[in-house]
Amino acid sequence: MRLTRRYPFSASHRLHAPELSEEENEKLFGKCNNPYGHGHNYVLEVSVEGEPDDRTGLIFERPVLDDFVRRTALNRVDHVDLNQDVEEFRDTVPTTENLSLAVHGWLRAGWNAEFGNKGATLSRIRIEETARNHFEVTA
Amino acid sequence: MVLITRKAEFSASHYCASPDLSAEQNEALFGKAARPAGHGHNYVLEVTVAGEVDPVHGMIMDLKVLKKLINREVIDIYDHRFLNHEVPPFNRVVPTPENIAKDIWLRLEPGIHAKGCRLHGVRLYETPDLYVDYFGRRDAEQDGAAAG
Repeated sequence: MRLTRRYPFSASHRLHAPELSEEENEKLFGKCNNPYGHGHNYVLEVSVEGEPDDRTGLIFERPVLDDFVRRTALNRVDHVDLNQDVEEFRDTVPTTENLSLAVHGWLRAGWNAEFGNKGATLSRIRIEETARNHFEVTA
Repeated sequence: MVLITRKAEFSASHYCASPDLSAEQNEALFGKAARPAGHGHNYVLEVTVAGEVDPVHGMIMDLKVLKKLINREVIDIYDHRFLNHEVPPFNRVVPTPENIAKDIWLRLEPGIHAKGCRLHGVRLYETPDLYVDYFGRRDAEQDGAAAG
């Protein structure tokens, strides 16, 4: 069984690949290449797979999950400029594909360190960039 | 294979406390949700059926039949009820969304199977930011594989 929590966060970014010329970037990313950047209200979904405990009926305690996701991921991406404030995106385009991989990497590393022997596994993350597109990384 | 999903809503109250734990332990684990007077949610249920499209009628399962089944087996029983007091097994099982999704699976699976279709998954939103997915049989297979 899979439990999923949804967490909104807001951030700005600019899509610009350093390997490409100004013209190529503008052609590829269009408005998203605007040098001043732009922002989104993202939604992060985190899914945990496991069996509900016989006594409590819970796969995972919600406050523990919320605290973990906040510390490990949300605090790094909420109300920041992804290009300037997040080390992973100093030289990498902060597309939501790359953002999903970064968030998944942080959560996976933290998960194994904190909950490695808890039974429940981190099975999937999904990031909505807008209400009309989303990106998913599975374990 | 094609998947088809039907949505339904119900509103119900519940509280979350395990009879095996003390009042303090329940409060620590479930927080406000442990208060015995209860509280409510607008639950949203998504029932997904898997199958092949019939070459004659072009459907996996008649949605009218699925809707009636969901109404009879789940909505009529859960809607506007206090789950702990009025809907077994929640007199003895904590009505977490995990356990509710399992119960809904058990209520729907025989009726869907009887129509020659396969229940693929039950998704239950307790609130817009928390949901569970239960894939019954697939979970059972995984359990079997783990046990074997």
